[in-house]
Amino acid sequence: MTAKKALLAGLALSTFGSVAQAADEVNIYSYRQEFLIKPLLEAFTAETGIKANVIFSKKGLLERLEHEGANSPADVLLTSDVGPLYDAVQRDLVAPIDSDIVDANVPSQYRSKDDKWVGLTARSRIIYASKDRVEDGEIQTYEDLADPKWKGRICTRSGKHSYNLSLIGSIIEHNGEEQAEQWLSAVKDNLARRPQGNDRAQVKAVKEGQCDLALGNTYYYGKMLTNTKEPEQVEWAKSVNLVFPNQNDRGAHMSISGAALAKNAPHPDAAIKLIEFLTSEKAQKMYAEVNYEFPVRAGIEWSDLLKEHMGEFKADEVNLGDVVKHRADASRLVDKVGFDN
Amino acid sequence: MNDITATAAPPLIDTRKPRRLMPGWYSIAWGSAILVMLPVLAVFWLALFPTENIWPHLVDTILPVYIKTTLLLLAGVGSLSVIIGVGTAWLVTMCNFPGRRIFEWALLLPFAMPAYLIAYLYTDLLEYAGPLQTLLRDLFGWQTAREYWFPEIRSLGGAILMLTLVLYPYVYLLSRASFLEQSMSIRDASRIFGCSPLQSFYRVSLPIARPAIAVGLSLVSMETLNDFGTVDYFAVKSLSAGIYDAWLNMGNLGAAAQIATLMMVFVILLISLERIARARQRQFTNADRFGSIDRYSLSPGKSALATLACALPVVLGFLVPFLVLGSYAVRRLDQLGEADFLAHASHSFTLSATAALLTVAVAIVLAYSKRLYPSHRSLTLASRFSSLGYALPGAVLAIGVIIPLAAFDNSVDAFMREHFGFGTGLLLSGTPFAIVFAYCVRFLAVSTGSVDSSLAKVTPSMDMASRSLGLNPLQTLRRVHLPLIRGGLLTAVLVVFVDAMKELPATLILRPFNYDTLATYVYQYASDEMLETSALAAMLIVLVGIVPVILLSRSITSTRQGR
Repeated sequence: MTAKKALLAGLALSTFGSVAQAADEVNIYSYRQEFLIKPLLEAFTAETGIKANVIFSKKGLLERLEHEGANSPADVLLTSDVGPLYDAVQRDLVAPIDSDIVDANVPSQYRSKDDKWVGLTARSRIIYASKDRVEDGEIQTYEDLADPKWKGRICTRSGKHSYNLSLIGSIIEHNGEEQAEQWLSAVKDNLARRPQGNDRAQVKAVKEGQCDLALGNTYYYGKMLTNTKEPEQVEWAKSVNLVFPNQNDRGAHMSISGAALAKNAPHPDAAIKLIEFLTSEKAQKMYAEVNYEFPVRAGIEWSDLLKEHMGEFKADEVNLGDVVKHRADASRLVDKVGFDN
Repeated sequence: MNDITATAAPPLIDTRKPRRLMPGWYSIAWGSAILVMLPVLAVFWLALFPTENIWPHLVDTILPVYIKTTLLLLAGVGSLSVIIGVGTAWLVTMCNFPGRRIFEWALLLPFAMPAYLIAYLYTDLLEYAGPLQTLLRDLFGWQTAREYWFPEIRSLGGAILMLTLVLYPYVYLLSRASFLEQSMSIRDASRIFGCSPLQSFYRVSLPIARPAIAVGLSLVSMETLNDFGTVDYFAVKSLSAGIYDAWLNMGNLGAAAQIATLMMVFVILLISLERIARARQRQFTNADRFGSIDRYSLSPGKSALATLACALPVVLGFLVPFLVLGSYAVRRLDQLGEADFLAHASHSFTLSATAALLTVAVAIVLAYSKRLYPSHRSLTLASRFSSLGYALPGAVLAIGVIIPLAAFDNSVDAFMREHFGFGTGLLLSGTPFAIVFAYCVRFLAVSTGSVDSSLAKVTPSMDMASRSLGLNPLQTLRRVHLPLIRGGLLTAVLVVFVDAMKELPATLILRPFNYDTLATYVYQYASDEMLETSALAAMLIVLVGIVPVILLSRSITSTRQGR
C-alpha cells in the first residue's frame, strides 16, 4: 500500500520536476553557486543555442555522479576549487578534455597534466593588513605570519576550509611537511581568536580592531568594495591594504575554479563546447567582472577594479595538482597542531 | 472513568496460543521498514570500505575533542531543551497568568526557524563587529576587543544556545500534549495528600509525562547530532564536523561513514538506556479529557515570572531573529518582482506535504503492526532501526539515498536493455521522488514518536471489543484507532511538514536540474555570505512554517475540549 503510494507520488512529482532529456543541451553538476555562473551560461546559450541545466551543491555531487554511473545525465562538473576536480580524477569519473582550443587558452599550471581538468578563473590567497596598524612592508611572506611579533593579531577562517588547506598544501609542497607543521603551529599561536566565520568576516574583524592581519581570497575585496546593498562592507574593504605575499621568491599562492568533463557525458560535444566557451575571451572577461576573479587566460584585459587594486603581482606557478595532492596531509596537520581548537 | 495504571499490563493479544499470521500486515510492515532502512544500511556498507584507516590519526589528535564537544553539545542542548520545554508546557497547561493563551501557540514559533538561519542572524547581531557590541563600544568609549569582555557567539556555548532555541519546541510540544491528557483527579489526589503544586508536578505530572519527554529529548538529541550548518558556522568541532572533514578534506568517505555509524550506535545506546529505565512502566488512559483543567492561580509576582519565563524563549527564538530577517528583507523588497518565488515555494510545499503524508502512513503501518504482533520482537526492532536515519547528517543521508536508488535504476536499465533492447535510464534518481524518499527516511523518527505514543495510549480493550464485534485488523485501525489518535496523527503530519520545509543538505544533493526550493534558494546566497539577498525567501520559509505551527497548537489544545 505504502509502496504503491510512494510510486504514485513519485510519478506525480516527476511530472513537474524538470527532466533534462532534449537534444541541444548540456547538464552541469556545479559546486559553484548558480547565481555566480548564470550570466555566463546565459551568454553561452545565446551564442550556441545550447540550453544549460544546473544542479548546485557544495558536496555530494561527485558521489551522485559515481553511483549514477553510465546512466548519469551529467556532462560537465564545475567546481569552486581544485579539490573536487582532484577527487574526480582519483575516482575515475572524468574523461580528458580533448580540445586544442582549451589547451591554447589556458596556461599549463592551471590544467591537470593529463588534461582531466582545467582551471577557468584564478584567485590568490593574500594577506589583508590593517591600514592603521600595519606598516607597508611590515609583512611580506606567508612565512612571516609565523613571526611572534604578530601574536594575538591574526584572524582567519577554519584551518579545515578548502582555501586554507590549499595554502597549507602549497607550504608543504614548497617547504616540506616538517617545516609546514612548525609554521602552522606558530601561526596558530599568533591567532587573535579561534578560527571562525568566512573570509569577509576576517576583514570585518580587522576593520573593527579585533585583529591586524587576515587571510583572504582576492575576489572578496572586489565584492566588498562594490557592495552598494550593504555599504558597511565598503568600509571594511577600505580599512585594509592588500599584501601579495612572497613577491621576492615563489609568488602568491593561487587557486582556481575549474571544470571537468564527465566520463559518461551524454552530450560530450556540447560539454566541450561549453568548456571552450568558458575559456574564451568573452567569458574570461565576464568572469572577472562578475566575481572579481582573475582570468586564467593570458592577454585578457582585467576589469578596472582589478587593475586599480591588484595591479601586477607575481603568482606562484607551481602546478595546482601538486598542491592539492597534499590536501589530506594538510588536514591532518590542522588536527595535529590543534589549529581550530 | 479515569484511570492511569503504572503497572505492567497484559499483552494486547493472548500470546500463549499460536496465532494465525496475517502475512499482509506483517510483510507490509517489514517491507516499508526495509525500504526506509536502505539508506542507513548503505551508510553501514560504505563504512566497510575506507580508503585508509583514519582512526590512529583521529585517536592521536582530534577524536577526544570531537567526543568531548559532542557530549557537551548534547548535554547542553538536551538539558536546556527539557528545562524550557517542560517548564513552559507545564506553566501554560496548569497555571493561569497573563498571556497564557498566546504563549500556548507562540512557544511553538521558534520551530519554524531553521537552525542555520538563526545562527547566521545571531552572529550578525552579537559578534564583535555587530550592532550590539558596536553600541557598547560607542557608549563606553572602548576601542578594541581587548578592553572588555563579551561572550563569544561563535563558540560551543553559542551553538548550544542556538540549537536549544529552535529545538526545545519538540519537548514543549510532546510534554504539553501529555500534560493535557493527564487526569485531573490524579493531580487533585496528590494535592489532597498534601503535595504543593510544585511537589505535585515533580511527583505526579512529571513521571507520567516522562515517556513523552523522552521522545522529545531523543528527537532533540538526534537533531543536535545531525546538525552541521550551525556547528560548522561556529567552528565547533563536533562529530559531524569530523564526518565532513574525513569525507571532503581527506577524501575518505568510508571513514566518514564509520564516524557516522559510531554516532548511530551512540544514539541506539542512548535510546535503549532510556527504554530500559522505564521498561516496567506502561500507561493507558481513557482519561477524563472532557473535564476541564483546574488551573492554579498565581500570585502577581509569580504571574510576572511565569510570563517572563514563557516570553523569553519566544522572543529569543523567534521574535528577534524574525525582526532582523525582516529588516534585511525590507531593504531588498525589489526582489519580489525578479525572483521566481512562487515556483520555489510551490516546490517546497509539494515536497513537504507529500513527505509528511507518506511518512505518517509508514509510521502508522509500523506502529500498528507492532500492536498486532506484540510477540514479534523483530518488528519492534525494525521500527526502531528505521528511525535511525534521523541521526545522520543530511548530506550523508543523501549519499545513502543515492546508492540504493541508483542501484535500482541501473539494474532496471540493464535488465530492460538485455531483454527488451531499450534502456530506461535513471527512473528515480534525480527526481523529486528521491527528495521525498530522503525526507521520509529522515523524519520517520519524528512521526513514529508521535504515532507510537498516541497508539500506545489506546487501551487494548478497544482492540478486544472491536475484534470481538467482528472487525478485522484493518477495519479496527480505520474505524477505531485512527479516529481515536487523530490528534497525534495531525501532530505528526504537521511536524514532518515543517521539518521538511527547513531541510537543506539532502535536498541540495538529490534535486533535479534547475530545481530550487525555498531552502536551497536561501542557501545559495547565504553560503556566499549574502544572507541579506535571500532574506525575503528565508522569511517565506518561516512564514509558511508558522501556519502549521499554529494549526498544531490548536489541534493539541482541542484534545482537551472542556477548557
